[in-house]
Amino acid sequence: MTEAGLYCPAGGFHIDPVRPVERALITHGHADHARAGHGAVMASGETLKIMAARYGEDFAGSSEKATMGESLRMGDVEVSFHPAGHVLGSCQIRLDFSGFRIVVSGDYKRQADPTCAAFELLPCDIFITEATFGLPVFRHPKAEDEIAKLLKSLRLFPDKTHLVGAYALGKAQRVIALLRQAGYDKPIYLHGALETLCRLYEEEGVELGPLEPVGKRGKELAGEIVIAPPGQLADRWARRFGDPATALASGWMRVRARARQRGAELPLIISDHADWDDLCATVLETGAEEIWVTHGAEEALVHWCKTAGLKARPLNMIGYEDSGETAESSGA
Amino acid sequence: MRDFARLLDRLSFEPRRNAKLALLTDYFASTPDPERGLALAALTNELDFRHAKPAMLRALIGKRADPVLFALSYDFVGDLSETIALMWPKREGVNAAPPRLSEVVETLAKAGKTEVPGFVSGWLDTLDETGRWALLKLVTGGMRIGVSARLAKTAVAGLGVLSPDDVEQVWHGLKPPYEGLFAWAEGRAQKPETDDPAPFRPPMLAHPIEEADFERLDPAHFAAEWKWDGIRVQASAGRERNGALKRRLFSRSGDDISAAFPDLVDELDFDAAIDGELLVMVDGRVQSFNALQQRLNRKTVTKALMKSAPVGIRAYDLLSLDGEDLRERPFEERRDRLEGFLDRLAHPALHASPMVGFSSWEELADAREDPAQFEAGEDAAAIEGVMLKRRDAPYVPGRPKGLWFKWKRDPFLVDAVLMYAQRGHGKRSSYYSDYTFGVWREGELVPVGKAYFGFTDEELLEIDRFVRNNTLNRFGPVREVVHTKENGLVLEVAFEGIARSKRHKSGLAMRFPRVARLRWDKPPAEADRIDLLEALVNEDEKA
Ligand SMILES: [Zn+2]
Ligand SMILES: [Zn+2]
Repeated sequence: MTEAGLYCPAGGFHIDPVRPVERALITHGHADHARAGHGAVMASGETLKIMAARYGEDFAGSSEKATMGESLRMGDVEVSFHPAGHVLGSCQIRLDFSGFRIVVSGDYKRQADPTCAAFELLPCDIFITEATFGLPVFRHPKAEDEIAKLLKSLRLFPDKTHLVGAYALGKAQRVIALLRQAGYDKPIYLHGALETLCRLYEEEGVELGPLEPVGKRGKELAGEIVIAPPGQLADRWARRFGDPATALASGWMRVRARARQRGAELPLIISDHADWDDLCATVLETGAEEIWVTHGAEEALVHWCKTAGLKARPLNMIGYEDSGETAESSGA
Repeated sequence: MRDFARLLDRLSFEPRRNAKLALLTDYFASTPDPERGLALAALTNELDFRHAKPAMLRALIGKRADPVLFALSYDFVGDLSETIALMWPKREGVNAAPPRLSEVVETLAKAGKTEVPGFVSGWLDTLDETGRWALLKLVTGGMRIGVSARLAKTAVAGLGVLSPDDVEQVWHGLKPPYEGLFAWAEGRAQKPETDDPAPFRPPMLAHPIEEADFERLDPAHFAAEWKWDGIRVQASAGRERNGALKRRLFSRSGDDISAAFPDLVDELDFDAAIDGELLVMVDGRVQSFNALQQRLNRKTVTKALMKSAPVGIRAYDLLSLDGEDLRERPFEERRDRLEGFLDRLAHPALHASPMVGFSSWEELADAREDPAQFEAGEDAAAIEGVMLKRRDAPYVPGRPKGLWFKWKRDPFLVDAVLMYAQRGHGKRSSYYSDYTFGVWREGELVPVGKAYFGFTDEELLEIDRFVRNNTLNRFGPVREVVHTKENGLVLEVAFEGIARSKRHKSGLAMRFPRVARLRWDKPPAEADRIDLLEALVNEDEKA
């Protein structure tokens, strides 16, 4: 561990550093993991495209695309990237040296997601896991059932614009894809901040169906679905829709106080992170003897690992947005 | 139970009054008796499950979950019932159907104390997250879903052509599951027989007066009286068929609070209904709200407390007398009847609230500013402003426009520094929303009060973030935050009054403090000093 984050001395690189470093391996494109200004960056092709879309083509001194599942040598370490199931291009990073194997999960989920490759289970000696929803109160329901709630509300209140707050990277596209799976084929209207990433997803082969910018439209979108970043729901921008039904898609919606605080009238518990049951299951399935917990509710997961007979410790990482209120960029 | 749980869930997230009403009315219309009546009883707080208390819930979850994980979860969620509902572990092989609401109510009514935990955990095993949450909220009686008893009754009225006040009139004579009430509301039966001799009559409420009103309104059309800083009550009494006298004291919202005030209720020897302010009165003098506070929110009361804090009523209005409903009469006439009635009664605890004479708004403004100089004398400390009532206005339940106005005294303001923050309850349970603030005394901050509200939701987020990023120490749910001369958060705190208090470290107690503004612009060194508050105490005591 350094000030900048997780550091691998044997390989001479950081993983998801929060400050500019010489050499960075990036798990995925959320802003708290992927920052601009590093010397050399290695990440999946999708992640590199996302970083370029967000920060401009010159987001790093140089960039190198990692091929999924292919090992390459960096210093004394064999490094390989594997899907994490979190958002498009998200990876776990596997490190092998002297017969010892560490897996850095980045952010991950085990639920199905039509917009990205599924999580790959990687047996290892040390598993470095996230714990965004690392409390037993978080058990995510089926995302399909949450989408059904949204569609039911649309039937009950056909005169209302249904304004759905969803993070720009990952959540918004997953909500759209889930709506399409549920048979919703009308145009879905997008806040300007979502357009670039939706286009990028489509270019990468994720079908999202007919999408329209909201543009200057307001009340005429009664009965339509509009997707916007969560921060826009309470903003002046949202007033153009009159009295919309406000939904918010996030794992935090499981806790009522959070949902109410964010002004969600229709909380949709849809998360791109592993819930408590999946965190515990994954920890066991990797077969790791030692668990390091990065960001989130470290304390509970570390405690649970110990009761399950595993060595575990928190990494007390700073700089990852995990507290829910501010998690605009972490896709919770 | 499942429909009821869904209803509670929807209601708890729905901010719009009209949408809540629609959800409630829709539920009542589509749910059969007795389920809907029991739901109504639950929403109006008429159900009481004696044996289902938080301690029992803790014991239940203690058997099913790791105590460390429970403690961490509870700290995060902030609400006991919700924490348990969310983390309740699934039990393999359970496939019983979830209970109906009536089954829960009937079973618990009959169950002995030792049987209750078994029933509750059995039901928890059959329900999903929302169902478990609703069940636990129901049995512990802490719904807090933003539905008042009044709103629930309004929804019942909405089933047909009744008005909410029609429902209110008969309410206290009825019992769950209210089949007669629903039948009446749906036009299938006559008004249910209640023959309640001491019913609650929905009160008339005032609008705050605004600057522009003074130009519009003619002072000659209005009478003024002091607005007392107590609690608004209705004292209602009358003869039952067998001749026995039924006496009741109601809160403004229609809760029967008689049991907490037997010293007053026993004295209601009349057939009448009085609208007035409940106050602590010692030797005929009105005491401050602090004196009254110790008698509020109690189910019963001790002799010692009745002796040290005796209560009385300053009466504003007379709603009925000897079987005659006076509410259609103009205020002036009701006021005459009130004074005559109380003169004849000559009871030391029941007085008409004195009127304030004035001929212009300026004169009334002076009286409001300094009640002591306008015949309020020693009672002035318990006055929080003046009430304006149109002389010709009938007594209209609710908050009709243009008839009654309240004109409060301006609040005091102080710039204080945030020192400690604690997690809140209910809606704010996962945020640091209870703030202890202090002012300077000889180069050090002394805590002088606590504020729980006044800030917007946005501001709450800002303060919460500040607290999390500037924590010095943690003491359980409390965090001490940075508060040096250079670094810290200055809060502009508004409050209604201030008095000396031995219970507080600073020796001062504020009345109704709330956060008026966040002063990010102000360095803590520039916050106020305690001398300012001392001066206000003297002013307040003088007033
Ligand atoms: Zn993350
Ligand atoms: Zn992420």
